[in-house]
Amino acid sequence: MMTVMAAGRALRRNLPGGVSAGRVGAVLNRNVGALRSGPAYWLVLLSGFFEPLLYLLSIGVGVGALVGTVPVGGRPVDYAVFVAPAMLAVSAMSGALAETTFNVFFKFKYAKTYDAVLATPVRPVEIALGELMWALVRCLFYTVLFLVVMVVLGLTSVGGALAAFPATALVGVAFGATGMAISTFLRGWQDFDLLTTGQFTLFLFSGTFSPVQDYPVVFEVIVTLTPLYHAVELVRGLAVGPVGWTLLVHAAYLVVMAVAGLWVAARRIGKLLLV
Amino acid sequence: MAEEPLIVARGLVKRFGEFTAVDGIDVSVERGEAFGFLGPNGAGKSSTMRMISCVSPPTAGELRILGMDPVRDGVAIRGRLGVCPQLGNLDTDLSVFENLTTYARYFGLSRAEARRRATELLEFVQLADRAKGKVEPLSGGMKQRLTIARALVNDPEIVLLDEPTTGLDPQARHLLWERLYQLKRQGVTLVLTTHYMDEAEQLCDRLVVMDGGRIVAEGSPRELIDRYSTPEVVELRFAGGAEVAVKLDGVGERVDALPDRVLVYARDGDAAVAEVHRRGLSPSSVLVRRSTLEDVFLHLTGRTLVD
Amino acid sequence: MAHSTVAVLERHLTLYRRLFWASAMSSFLLPVLFLVSIGLGVGGYVGDLGGVSYLQWIVPGVMAATAFQMAVGETTYPVLGDFKWTRGYHAMRATPVRIGDMVAGQVLFMVVRVLPQTAVFLAIVVLFGGLRSWWSVVTPLVCAAVVVASALPVMGVSARIDNDGYFALLFRFVMIPMTLFAGVFFPVAQLPLVAQWLAWVSPLWHGVELCRAATLGVAPPWPIWAHALCLVAWTVAGGWFAMRGFARRLAV
Ligand SMILES: Nc1ncnc2c1ncn2[C@@H]1O[C@H](COP(=O)(O)OP(=O)(O)OP(=O)(O)O)[C@@H](O)[C@H]1O
Ligand SMILES: [Mg+2]
Repeated sequence: MMTVMAAGRALRRNLPGGVSAGRVGAVLNRNVGALRSGPAYWLVLLSGFFEPLLYLLSIGVGVGALVGTVPVGGRPVDYAVFVAPAMLAVSAMSGALAETTFNVFFKFKYAKTYDAVLATPVRPVEIALGELMWALVRCLFYTVLFLVVMVVLGLTSVGGALAAFPATALVGVAFGATGMAISTFLRGWQDFDLLTTGQFTLFLFSGTFSPVQDYPVVFEVIVTLTPLYHAVELVRGLAVGPVGWTLLVHAAYLVVMAVAGLWVAARRIGKLLLV
Repeated sequence: MAEEPLIVARGLVKRFGEFTAVDGIDVSVERGEAFGFLGPNGAGKSSTMRMISCVSPPTAGELRILGMDPVRDGVAIRGRLGVCPQLGNLDTDLSVFENLTTYARYFGLSRAEARRRATELLEFVQLADRAKGKVEPLSGGMKQRLTIARALVNDPEIVLLDEPTTGLDPQARHLLWERLYQLKRQGVTLVLTTHYMDEAEQLCDRLVVMDGGRIVAEGSPRELIDRYSTPEVVELRFAGGAEVAVKLDGVGERVDALPDRVLVYARDGDAAVAEVHRRGLSPSSVLVRRSTLEDVFLHLTGRTLVD
Repeated sequence: MAHSTVAVLERHLTLYRRLFWASAMSSFLLPVLFLVSIGLGVGGYVGDLGGVSYLQWIVPGVMAATAFQMAVGETTYPVLGDFKWTRGYHAMRATPVRIGDMVAGQVLFMVVRVLPQTAVFLAIVVLFGGLRSWWSVVTPLVCAAVVVASALPVMGVSARIDNDGYFALLFRFVMIPMTLFAGVFFPVAQLPLVAQWLAWVSPLWHGVELCRAATLGVAPPWPIWAHALCLVAWTVAGGWFAMRGFARRLAV
């Protein structure tokens, strides 16, 4: 009886679509609990921060010394200043993706975590939301640290960092939701090679290391259709400038991506596990 | 008017593509009952259990659980069920204790309540000393007990157990049975599947025998034995194999030749043995025993259960 | 060559057949993408470096780094997996195969892979005008030496750990930094002195400089024998480390 009452209380705090905040929180709570499972997860979590940072130092600073300046919005800026916001967007993307692809796939297919969860009142969309929020936590953990590094190295101003921060959250949610949707389609670990290759291709060609205007026109058009490009442009616009209306277009792209990803993910989890 | 049964199925069907796993079954389970599904591999027991746990929508037919519709009211129903699946899905990233508390949160229990329940249940399944440990190194029986504890965390009205004792040693099985009795005494409704006749006889008030997705018999263990078997069974082994079965025609009420032995169903076992010897046959071994569900099953499906 | 070593090599080749297409991505496609993005894209802003185009300058670096990453990739999860999950080494242990055969056979497998892989890379970059000397044909051998010198020590590490979470550390704090700072993308002379020292110690830097000397047709920064000696030192020390790690793990 106690239980029924408690469940009732949780149900009353409903979000739109009958989503219960309490149950989403319970999914999140599971991941917090797993943090105590040992050092391995922490190591993976912490070390993930360094990858974009190392690229910033190697390509941004190291190769940057050979480059000098590149034009941003008609204004020449230091190459490291140009690369830094791109690496920030990348760290938001990879933080969220690592959680919603690798970890979600493992729980989905091998650990059977969600089979157990779905035998409780928790619904597929609540699982998707809980996992997405957890991915966002990891993403923001990376981007806050990265922004601190950028400010310390003089690659952006404090104001720029504060403006870029919420944008990194949007990037994380958009990629996290899409990653989760994708991981419901993966057949096995071998598909991760494809996913990693795709992710790495985006990393290399989204206006990250050189302005997209330099690319051949066909190539440039293709790139403007891909998600990391919009993430990079949005974050770079806020951190380095110039700020303009086009930033709203980039943000809108990411919002659509987040909603679509979440919708597909929730449907697929339900469809595959509730058979 | 009597209370509506907790679980009612009418013409329940489950198909996977073309394949029909559950082929129109009728079942009803009353409050406080221990109800069993008995059947060989692939009979459709787990498929039925998953429909009852509201994680698998029925393809056709009617299913009501706790007076509600599992598709529409899945959330509310699952909140009052405890499920112990056939394939273990404990969370190996969490400790034994956290497995219970985390699961409790899915039902909306408060943190304090979750901890209290977890402590209580680990005591109940005799795992309190492993609370802080990891799940991975637990033995099969311990994992099974932990899964049952997890299924009880929300104080469920119905507990669904899919082959709860498969793979356990006799001692672990008896411990589990004893815990399940205790639950039953507390008024919890139990629904379980099993391959084991002794388990069904021990635990179930009522059971159905499933084969090929259909129900082939229903009743209490005693009723089934009375209906489909004789009070006694004689097991005979012959050095030369089972070909001698033809010579046993007319001994007892029915004769079943299995690859390794011949079963003679009789009201009086000793009299049947005497008749066998009178016909000049000399079996290498003779065993007279009371009839069990195993014989019922053999009769109904033409197959032995644990093969 | 010992029959058992060949048997181990064959086992890895059999497994590889099934994974060929998945790994073709990282072996052939990624290095080319790298060249296009950094070599052509960023190279446009760099201009010339040491009298050659930036693209020509990083071609040998990307080539050696690809071989190096393959070596690390093949000796982390697969090695731990054969100890822990599939227990392939335990199966071998129950046959006349010796520890030396297990290690040598697996390293040989990577050498067999890296030779054609580097050759294909050469054929692709020649289309971009990325090579300047006929000495380029020796780069597959240099890459093979890099593979051997880096695979062995990593095998030793994989034989000693039990949790694959540590690989994340190895990737982020050893493999990626080495790829990014051991003279692949910019001269190590730009690094602070301590970092230069680290680069000089790493097997990759020696491989990169030997490949660069070959594709540009110039003399390497150190005498060839000195570069070679460093790679040999890694091979000998790594081989000892790996053999001991295998022996200890399989002893229990
Ligand atoms: N998700 C699924 N997709 C396709 N076929 C399935 C699925 N689940 C079960 N089946 C098929 O349905 C049939 C019944 O399976 P079920 O698991 O219900 O049997 P069971 O009685 O529980 O058997 P066991 O005693 O082996 O556990 C089997 O033939 C099985 O292959
Ligand atoms: Mg089953």
